[in-house]
Amino acid sequence: MLFVALFSTGLVAQGYEVGDVATDFHLLNVDGNHVSMSDYEDAKGIVLIFSCNHCPYVVAYEDRMIELHKAYAPKGFPVIAVNPNDTIAEPRDSYTKMIERAEEKNFPFAYLIDADQTIYPQYGATRTPHVFLLEKVGEEFVVAYIGAIDDNYRDADAVETPYLANAIDALLAGETPDPTFTRAIGCTIKVRQ
Amino acid sequence: MRTIVSAFMIALLLVPATLAVSAELKKSAADIEVVDFDAFAPRLEMDNDSLYVINFWATWCAPCVREIPAFDKLHETYKDKKVKVLLVSLDNPDHIDNRVIPFIENHNVQSEVILLDEPNANRWIPLVSEKWSGAIPATVIYSGSFRGFYEREFKYEELEEIIIPLL
Repeated sequence: MLFVALFSTGLVAQGYEVGDVATDFHLLNVDGNHVSMSDYEDAKGIVLIFSCNHCPYVVAYEDRMIELHKAYAPKGFPVIAVNPNDTIAEPRDSYTKMIERAEEKNFPFAYLIDADQTIYPQYGATRTPHVFLLEKVGEEFVVAYIGAIDDNYRDADAVETPYLANAIDALLAGETPDPTFTRAIGCTIKVRQ
Repeated sequence: MRTIVSAFMIALLLVPATLAVSAELKKSAADIEVVDFDAFAPRLEMDNDSLYVINFWATWCAPCVREIPAFDKLHETYKDKKVKVLLVSLDNPDHIDNRVIPFIENHNVQSEVILLDEPNANRWIPLVSEKWSGAIPATVIYSGSFRGFYEREFKYEELEEIIIPLL
């Protein structure tokens, strides 16, 4: 309710910045199990992507999300996708439809639902897709990069800078990503009315 | 030689005809101008006595589609009071004919619509507003020294609340 009030007046909570410790979660996956970041015991970090079914920008990036997971999960950076949308406001993002989409695309990564819409506001996610690259430091997950997957949603072959992959590579090399923040057009997160 | 000359003559005759046809096609496409960011940028800082309401939207964006009638009503109500509404579509340019134009026609949109064709959003989003994360709908309202940026959906009355004090 509080968030509804904040959003309706345009005052969005700020969310995380690079360097902040990100909250863990316990959210329902499309396979029926609940998933937390702490479940990934051997991970060096998490590629957390606020995602959904219906948004054309997400659809444009689904194959690239799959490739990123295949390339980086073995190196310690698995993708976790989280659908932050209210499923009454956007029925195409219902849990059932998430299961269907995950099966159609054979998602190799967890696809979770933020059913109470309590997680995405803490991160400050505003759109789908919206990436938060987290580096595991001790038992904590620290925000290392926020933003876009790359610089061309329309055409994967025309990408000049793969921001996210570059950022993960930097972490793997023990370096700081540059840039740590990018922007992209995306679909507004649908809030319960 | 004669063949080459005639080919050249024919080409000369054809070129203006082709140009005329393509210009006509563009015009009939419900007057949607396709621009890159450099061509669009001046619209964000017009230096005159008008008030500008620039809305970023797309046909696939449900909240955008919901609020378009409010922007169009604003255009209809205040067009004689130096209020200029510009609807900037972020649709894929390939969808102009099968999505954007049908939408404009079906909803009888009277405001000016242009399509911004610029895939690298990270370059141009901060030039619209440093406050913009990239979610749409998003709206810029400016007049004189006032400049507002809104990453949210509007109702008609909410738009009026902002613009009336500026008129």
